[in-house]
Amino acid sequence: METLWFMIVAVMLTAYVVLDGFDLGAGIIYLTVARTSDERRTVLRAIGPVWDGNEVWLLAAGGTLYFAFPQLYASSFSGFYLPLMMVLWLLMLRAIGIEFRTHIENPVWQAFFDAVFFGASALLAIFFGAALGNVIRGVPLGPDGYFFEPMWTTFKLGPNPGILDWYTVTTGVVALVTLTVHGALYVAVKTENELSRRARGVAIMLWPVQFFLTCFSLGVTYWIRPSVMDNYRAHPIGLLVPVVVFGSLAVMMWAAPKGKEKRAFIASCVYIAGMLVGAAFALYPVVLPARTAAYSLTIYNTAAGHHGLAVGMVWWTMGVVLALGYFVFVYRMFRGKVRLEGGGY
Amino acid sequence: MDSALLIHRLHFAFTATFHYLFPQLTMGLAPLIVVLKTIGLRRNDETYHQAARFWAKIFGISFVLGVVTGIPMEFQFGTNWSVFSRFAGGVIGQTLAMEGMFAFFLESAFLGLFLYGEKRLSPKAHWWSAMAVFLGSWLSGYFIIATDAWMQHPVGYVHAADGSVQLSSFWELVLNPWAWWQYAHNMSGAGITGAFVMASVGAFYLLGRKHVEHGKIFVKVGVVAGCIFSVLQLFPTGDGQGKMVALNQPVTLAAMESLFEGQPGAPLVIIGQPNVDEKKIDNPILVPKMLSFLTYRRWNAHVQGLDAFPPEQWPQNIPLLYYSYHIMVGLGTIFIAVMVVAVLLLWRGKLFDARWMLWLLLLSLPFPFIANTAGWLTAELGRQPWLVYGLMRTADGYSKNVSAGNGLFTLLGFMGMYTVLGILFLFLIRFEIERGPEADRAAAH
Ligand code: HDD
Ligand code: HEM
Ligand code: HEM
Repeated sequence: METLWFMIVAVMLTAYVVLDGFDLGAGIIYLTVARTSDERRTVLRAIGPVWDGNEVWLLAAGGTLYFAFPQLYASSFSGFYLPLMMVLWLLMLRAIGIEFRTHIENPVWQAFFDAVFFGASALLAIFFGAALGNVIRGVPLGPDGYFFEPMWTTFKLGPNPGILDWYTVTTGVVALVTLTVHGALYVAVKTENELSRRARGVAIMLWPVQFFLTCFSLGVTYWIRPSVMDNYRAHPIGLLVPVVVFGSLAVMMWAAPKGKEKRAFIASCVYIAGMLVGAAFALYPVVLPARTAAYSLTIYNTAAGHHGLAVGMVWWTMGVVLALGYFVFVYRMFRGKVRLEGGGY
Repeated sequence: MDSALLIHRLHFAFTATFHYLFPQLTMGLAPLIVVLKTIGLRRNDETYHQAARFWAKIFGISFVLGVVTGIPMEFQFGTNWSVFSRFAGGVIGQTLAMEGMFAFFLESAFLGLFLYGEKRLSPKAHWWSAMAVFLGSWLSGYFIIATDAWMQHPVGYVHAADGSVQLSSFWELVLNPWAWWQYAHNMSGAGITGAFVMASVGAFYLLGRKHVEHGKIFVKVGVVAGCIFSVLQLFPTGDGQGKMVALNQPVTLAAMESLFEGQPGAPLVIIGQPNVDEKKIDNPILVPKMLSFLTYRRWNAHVQGLDAFPPEQWPQNIPLLYYSYHIMVGLGTIFIAVMVVAVLLLWRGKLFDARWMLWLLLLSLPFPFIANTAGWLTAELGRQPWLVYGLMRTADGYSKNVSAGNGLFTLLGFMGMYTVLGILFLFLIRFEIERGPEADRAAAH
């Protein structure tokens, strides 16, 4: 039962990163790719009907995490207090940027909100990457199951690491580049002409960087935490995951220059999912490794009671079927390229 | 009081109070937008469709604010109240996660459709998307109220070996009688906010002789809905909610009324200042025996006073509790009076020319927000000193690993951020109201 919920939470978080990832990415490339006011409005319209729904995956994943592993929720959220609060502020700024940009017609304010939208999107991508880095690296959990991490200490991986050290900064940059490419491909799919070509150009230009960073981050992860390979050794089937990751990178390289943006975008979704699933596979059954291994939080010492988990399975299944139904419906309604003229949407 | 404790409480109180300013508006407007759309569809009247579109814009702006201020609420259970989360997460995690799965997905997906999809959907389908948004926001209200109700009146749990509580009965949790009364009362309170805001904007247009056709619709719908919700607010919902308190938290009731001495035939204090040091009410204006009657339907029933309970079980801030409660009830009474008179005028066909009444409606705009906030203060202060009533004290629930300094830093951060948000919100709303309901939708988005 705990294992099942572990998978569910992992899948929901992955869904969040894949979905909100492309609108974060759209925000990151927004200033460089969309130059005229019309182009900017086009990009905003491409994400307008969906970004809020995408963000709900974060909430729903958070809610599910709280419900299934309350102890993990309590420890990690209080331990990561400062960065989480900053994530909250950034999410607010981003929402303001998008929403106010569309309502206010004054060019000065538009330029301001454009910058807010870009800055918050980019910082969020880095924060999410650094968060994942923290979870892989491990945190200074105490015997009571709590910890507190300052924003940074010495940027080295000592016994008292900060939220930011060289490793987590690396993962943050990986996330930034990955989501930039992801968002660029999405914009390329959803728009036409110059705008679409420019977005595609960004994706192609960053591809070598992404490739290098992928190899580099996997390497240093193994170096700082050799135990990440344990599960792969025990269950070699897991090695399919890196194969998928590199396969999808190859597809992106092949499809993007040929103008097959859709395929490249799907490959990018698979790439992100693969990276995250790979990390989850390596961690299991630990959910928050401690710097002192004995204090690590696992799915067993953090899960809620059995009755609750069993009941949850019933309504969660119903809920996710409904949610997927809405998403398919909404994305179908808004499929196709975004055009400014032609009324309404 | 421990300063970390105080800061974490203020942190939650501030963010929750600010958050709730927006959902009460969206939950209140959602059914009214459905009403406007329904009339528009039935009569095939473009004016009503325009009216619905106008309010959908206001809804959309408030919704975004509701979302961005709501996410911190959910996070704070873990960040600021981690001991509580570890203790109670096995139970309240259920309702919080269900809110995400059932309500937020529904609401956000269909809001996108509703706001951006009118040209792509058939009118019927567009009506259904309005309906789905309404349903989503009211479901969300239910799950969060069920969470709060469990903290007020815990049911359906067992104690686990590690000291936490775990769910023992799902149905007891979602059918908690406290939750149903609280939900009914709270949603009706949201309805009051939506109705007053709509009527107020309508009155503004009528008084300024701009957008008169729409103004009349807004005033009409707002006043009728406002009258219904105001009456429901007092009876049966306020009354029922009061009975839940009397039954399950008698000490809270005594503190809300500042009844220091239990007595048969207890009087109802209309106005007066509680004086906790001397255990009496200064300068009271009383209605004899009324409290006994309201609580037990018997004029001479005995009502327990604070003297029946040891002081460490008293809510800590009795004066604030007392004032909040009396502000809520006082405003509720005034709302009924205003709305009943307005409906009578409407019925006699005189409302649109009664400028004094339109002025009254216009200026009434902030008061439903005040009443709802006061109501929540009553509920949350009344629960003290408990975090989960009878199970966990507030002083035991906060995150011990987050220092007072860090808490203060983020509290100040939120204050600054919310000030900016509030200003921008008012600015945008003013902009939409100035632009009026006839503005071309395509230009706006
Ligand atoms: C427009 C807002 C509004 C108005 C006019 C009223 N209320 Fe209210 N009341 C609320 C909005 C509200 C609320 C915000 O919805 C509360 C706070 C918590 C909750 O669930 O509902 C609440 C709580 C609340 C409680 C519970 C306190 C607790 O849980 O400790 C009682 C006993 C009443 N109300 C009673 C009344 C009565 C008798 C009213 C007479 C007209 C009244 N309310 C008007
Ligand atoms: C939106 C409406 C709400 C408002 C305005 C509100 C207001 C408040 C206030 C003023 C306090 C501080 C009480 C004190 O420190 O004495 C508080 C505390 C708290 N409330 Fe609420 N609340 C709301 C809804 C909720 C809901 C729905 C929940 C549960 C799901 C909740 C859970 C808590 C918790 C955990 C605390 C902190 C512990 C405490 O001080 O009691 N609140 N809230
Ligand atoms: C204090 C506890 C509370 C928490 C943890 C909380 C949590 C949240 C969250 C996470 C959101 C964003 C949802 C989204 O993305 O769509 C939200 C919005 C919302 N909340 Fe709250 N909330 C609280 C209090 C309340 C109360 C007391 C109500 C009303 C009864 C309420 C009603 C809503 C509604 C209807 C929305 C949808 C957005 C909107 O309409 O503005 N919330 N809340």
